[in-house]
Order: sequence, then C-alpha cells, then structure tokens
Amino acid sequence: MADFSTASEIAAGVRSGQLKAVDVLEQHLATVDARDAEIHAFNHVMADEARQQAAAVDATVAAGDDPGPLAGVPVALKDNMCTRGIPTTCSSKILEGWTPPYDGTVVTRLHESGAVAIGKTNLDEFAMGSSTENSAFGPTRNPLDTNLVPGGSSGGSAAAVAAGFSPLSFGSDTGGSIRQPAALCGVVGVKPTYGRVSRYGLVAFASSLDQIGPFTHTVADAALALQVVCGHDPMDSTSIPDPVPDYSALLDRGVEGMRIGRITDLPAGADPDVAERTEQAFDALAANGATIVDVEVPAFTYGLTAYYIIAPAEASSNLARYDGVRYGLRVDAPDTNAMYSATRAAGFGDEVKRRILLGTYALSAGYYDAYYGKALKIRRLMAQDFAKAYEQADVLLTPASPSVAFPFGTKTADPFSMYLCDTYTIPANLTGEPGMSVPFGTGQDDLPVGVQVLAPALAEPVMLQVAAELERNAPTEGGRS
Amino acid sequence: MSDRLTNDVVVKVAQLARLDLTSSEIERATEQLGDMLAHFADIDSLDLSSIEPMNQPLPIVNVMRDDVVQPSLDRDEVLAAAPQSEDGRFWVPPILGTEG
Repeated sequence: MADFSTASEIAAGVRSGQLKAVDVLEQHLATVDARDAEIHAFNHVMADEARQQAAAVDATVAAGDDPGPLAGVPVALKDNMCTRGIPTTCSSKILEGWTPPYDGTVVTRLHESGAVAIGKTNLDEFAMGSSTENSAFGPTRNPLDTNLVPGGSSGGSAAAVAAGFSPLSFGSDTGGSIRQPAALCGVVGVKPTYGRVSRYGLVAFASSLDQIGPFTHTVADAALALQVVCGHDPMDSTSIPDPVPDYSALLDRGVEGMRIGRITDLPAGADPDVAERTEQAFDALAANGATIVDVEVPAFTYGLTAYYIIAPAEASSNLARYDGVRYGLRVDAPDTNAMYSATRAAGFGDEVKRRILLGTYALSAGYYDAYYGKALKIRRLMAQDFAKAYEQADVLLTPASPSVAFPFGTKTADPFSMYLCDTYTIPANLTGEPGMSVPFGTGQDDLPVGVQVLAPALAEPVMLQVAAELERNAPTEGGRS
Repeated sequence: MSDRLTNDVVVKVAQLARLDLTSSEIERATEQLGDMLAHFADIDSLDLSSIEPMNQPLPIVNVMRDDVVQPSLDRDEVLAAAPQSEDGRFWVPPILGTEG
C-alpha cells in the first residue's frame, strides 16, 4: 500500500500550525483529479465548499483557537448522507438532482470537529449491494486493481481511502456495507453498535439495521473518528444515551489475558486464502498472550435468510416515500396512483425493485407469519446465541468477507451469489452489536484480506484494542509493496 | 411456503408496491424471487413457537421529547425540491383517477 498520511497525523499537524489545511486539501484534490476519472469513488466533489472550510480551519488556528480533533482532515461522505445544498443521490435516478434542506448529524459533527468534507461517494443504489455495480451512475473500481470491484455498498467510501483521496471516509452498514468493502480495499472499516451514531440525515434503507461508521488507514484513526461522531442525538429516537468512552484508551494495551472466541459452527464458504489468514490472526493473538476459546453460535447460519427477509421488508416501507410528490423524479400520469407507479418504475434500478418486491411479499397478508414473523424470531435466537458466546469470550474473530476482491460481472447474474458476500457480517446487524474489519495480510493475487472483530454492544474500546493488536501483527509477506 | 411463486402473485405484489413493471420484468422477478424463497427454505423446519420476535436491538421504548415548538425546515426551501408545487403546497395529479 502506498504511504498515505493518516487523519491523526494531519489533524496534529494542522492543530499545531505545522500544516495548513488548505495545502492538505489541495494535495488530496490533486490526487482526486489525477485518478478519480478511473476509480469513480465520487458522485460529486465539493471542491469549492471544501476550500472555504479548509480556509476557515486555518483562520481558526491563526487566531490561536483549536478547530477540533479532525482539524483539516479531508473526509469523504457516502452519498446517502444528507448534506445541505449539496446533491445527495443514493446513486439512484429517483433522487438525481435533489439537494437536501439540512445536514445529517454526522455531517454537522464532522464540520464542528474541523474536518473538511471533500465529496459524496458512490454506492450501490440505496446501499443495496456488495460491489457498487448497482449504482445508477456506474460502478466504482478497486484502487488496488481496477479490474476488480471495491465491494459495497459503501464501495466509493472504501475506495476513496484506499486511493488516497481522503484519509477518512464514512459509510453506512446495514448487512456489511462498511466491513466488506473495507476488507476488499485493504482499509479499516467499523460498524459501531446500533444507535451509537445518530442516523438523523442518513437516508433510510432498513431502519433497525442501518448504522454509520468510518473507513480509515489505521485503527487509531478509526478510534479518533468514532470519538467525533458517536454520542446521543435528540434528533434520532434510536440513539443511545450512554456516555461515550475514550476509544483510544486501550489501543496500546495488547491482548494479554483476553479471551478470543472462535465460532466452531461458523457457516462454510470462506475461500482458503481468507480462512488461512483468519487462522493466522488467531495465532497472532495467542502469541501475544490471548486465550483462544471455542464458542457456538448455532443461529449464525440462519442469518442470511433472516436478513434478506427483514432488510427488504423494512426497505419496502422506507422506500415508499419515493413517490414523485415531495422530491426527486416525477413521471407525469393522469392520476396519482399511475404517477407513483410510473415514477418508481423509471427511478429505481433492478436490485432496488427486486428488494421492494421481496419485502412487500414478505409483509403481505398470508405470508407475513411464514417469512417476516419467523425472521424476527431468528433475530432473537441470534441475539441469545451471541449473548451466550460473549459469556465465554471478550470478542469473536471471523473473516469479514468470504473472498478477496472479485472481477466485475461475476456475481451480477445471480442475486443470491452476491448476497452470500454478507454471510459473516450480517449477524452483527441483526443483533445490533459492533463489528469491524481490519486488514490482515493478503490472499489470492496479493489482494488484501480483512479479519472481522465482533464485540458485545457498546464494547467498541475492546474491539478496537484487539484490532490494534492485529494491525501490529499483520503479515507483510506476499504484499504488494 | 412450498408452492412455487407465480406471475399472478408478483403482479399483485408489484401493484401493492406501486411499481409499474413490464411483462418481461414480471417474468424475471417471478423467477428470481422464487429462487430466493427456495433459499429461505432453510428456516422452514425450525420450531420457533416459544421464541419472542425481536423487532430491533435496543432496550429503548417510546422516546418522547417535551411538547414545545422547535425550529423546523423552511417551507419554501422544502417546496423548492418538489417536482411541482403551488401556493405553499405540493401539487399532485387527481387522486380519484380519470376513469369512470
């Protein structure tokens, strides 16, 4: 991997006056200019707004004040996060040209911490997909090999960090949409506990599963970013009121005496290269004083089915708002019902239509109990199984993605083959518990492998502690540079 | 839920979802949704009768705020985003339809 500056380095430099935010920004915009035509990480680059914000950060420093913990750090935002006056498309034709009348809470918090928003990143339409191939505006390419997908749905945000466009980006994770692209692009990606980060201003996909989180080069940067965006927000009634701990506190503590859980009944499906690296991750933690314990999570294997009923069901309800009345596309028709149906048919892509149909079916009379009702019970089983596992282990380790980055077109013909990308990430969304992917060596074709660290609700400090140990012990042989 | 999904069911679901699909889209959706439901058969045999459903992961219920007026979005700015508006309102075609 190329040697990019971290968010921590930039913020420290800008706060101390050694770096100018405007210079940092221009360097990053130049990298975007040089390479984003090929990568397509961004749907929209906010160069003018970013220059104003960077200048304001420098003025604050010049006046002797502190711009905040992310002073001058360029940040890319997934294009499903509302930004006032800036297009927010969800990579869908149905929202093309829409500019939100307000900023999401995460956007506001980043602004107030001195971060400089540089653009809105590409995604699978409405965050539905695992490759960004479902974007209405064309796919994002993996910066490590442009013949390969970056993963998804937050593929643009993962690619932005991997390509050096920004040292920090944010995505949303409903079934793995931060952790899987982080794994495929060789960066750190965190899905915090459900409710830890406000969803106000995040365009809803599946409201009981969605959570915003960061992409970074390092675990320390992820901790820094979480410190800024986590915390209660009265604008989100599912926001957790608990105080926010110090996410950096345990990073250097090591894993001596910790219990690392290995799920013995984990669903099969990981490629041999990924499985081998995951095994080496257990070995590395054991070598540093942790104890590996075997745990069972019997419901894990039903996660995919439960998720692909619950998420489309919630999506079918959430996406009912795109009806051509208040914002976005309208296709004219003689009456409202015809207008709704024509607008939605023209505005949504294939995968979104597929999930709306699936979700509507699962919620409709006669099928509700067999599908949606049953999926909610599996969700309870899942939570119970993980609770038992966490009595024996402090964290659990699994692959983040079953495979390394794959070529375009290989999973688009069979939707279910794409859904299998989420096998290992989905359970944490169903239970609401945190999970993250940390790069741990490479696999086939020298492509990065991500190991997933899972932890109990609100145990982000411990999750980050283990991830930091993996980062310190990541294999370097077989790497690209 | 063992019977294979039919076109008629998908047509009905598409109407409920307000999606105007072509006949070829209906054909394809019937096939693909049928395949997915076949994958979902792994939960058919589970006995979940004693398990309570879990709608969301948090122990939080009924979050209320004080009933006081707070700032809200600017009406003109919101209406400016609408495909069509008139006199401070969203404009839509006739609701009762043009038939009969």
